[in-house]
Amino acid sequence: MSEFTLPANSKVGKGKHWPAPKDGVHVKGFRIYRWDPDKNANPTIDEFEIDLDHCGPMVLDALVKINDQIDPTLSFRRSCREGVCGSCAMNIDGHNTLACLTPINSLKAGARRITPLPHLPVLRDLIPDLTGLYAQYALIEPWLQSDQPPPDRERRQSPEDRAKLDGLWECILCFCCSTSCPSYWWNQDKYLGPSILLQSYRWLADSRDQATGERLDRLEDPFRLYRCHTIMNCTKTCPKGLNPARAIANTKHMMSERG
Amino acid sequence: MERPLSPFMFPIWYRFQITSALSILHRLTGIALAVGSILLVWWLISVAAGGELFAATHAFLASPIGIVLLFGWSIAFFYHLCNGVRHLAWDAGYGFEIKSASRSGYAVLAATVLLTAITWLYVFLV
Repeated sequence: MSEFTLPANSKVGKGKHWPAPKDGVHVKGFRIYRWDPDKNANPTIDEFEIDLDHCGPMVLDALVKINDQIDPTLSFRRSCREGVCGSCAMNIDGHNTLACLTPINSLKAGARRITPLPHLPVLRDLIPDLTGLYAQYALIEPWLQSDQPPPDRERRQSPEDRAKLDGLWECILCFCCSTSCPSYWWNQDKYLGPSILLQSYRWLADSRDQATGERLDRLEDPFRLYRCHTIMNCTKTCPKGLNPARAIANTKHMMSERG
Repeated sequence: MERPLSPFMFPIWYRFQITSALSILHRLTGIALAVGSILLVWWLISVAAGGELFAATHAFLASPIGIVLLFGWSIAFFYHLCNGVRHLAWDAGYGFEIKSASRSGYAVLAATVLLTAITWLYVFLV
């Protein structure tokens, strides 16, 4: 059922204010979602002021600086700091993206609000529980399936067939798209969501994969695929510039082609 | 320990964009049209019955409240129609770039205004 408001235990209160050092020139505030599982309290938004003259250019640099110099308990995922691992996906000023690819000076003055990926259980601060998404990823069996015995070398593909995978293989499973999708907010127990469906199409579009029929059978369901209503939040938010909405439309097309 | 749900809803926690706003509008106008179809059935019954029932129905629809309702339904109708065509284009595989999806969205809004205006100019002038 569609829910429009946060449950009582999830309502966000006002948190702590961490003022900047007095001698800072370019001091900017960041409002960051906090929740500590060891305290029996609602989440809050803490405001951290930092001096941008002593901080790297990206939002992730600001988070690392806060964690390093102001509050070591601030928790978030990060790894590669260059947009290939997908760990630092979060909601920055009302839009899901990767903190490592978002320049601080691209944010509007006075905003700079950072919250976890939307509509997921929170483990701590900016770390959401991705268990459900990984379970859905396992459901689509994301590996090459073929009846042919493995050849001595690679399975060959024409350049045209290989080109069909462009715009699909680049997905890093950061889940910015799935957690931007209202259909996924409201039906994440039944609908697979844009990221998993893009991954699913990556195998449907692969000329070497022979499990197309089984893959489509798995999606033949009122929710798993067809809860996509072309809202396009997924495509707008993808930090890698991919187009999950089109991958889903192509999957629906394959579904109707086979009758 | 019950974990909180991370914040999600429009417009406070997630930014609106033209495509998501129009998607919600499509749902809302669909609901409005479903309610409007009841009125249409009522009007048809009154036409079939004729006489006093028809006169009463006609008087209601020609009253200021009736006009406002009909005006609202005509906007909902033209919006739902034009956006439905946009959905058909998507189903056929066209218009998935963010740029074309927002352009087609503005085109739907413009067409809605235009068709509604033409309809009501026809009602009042002809």
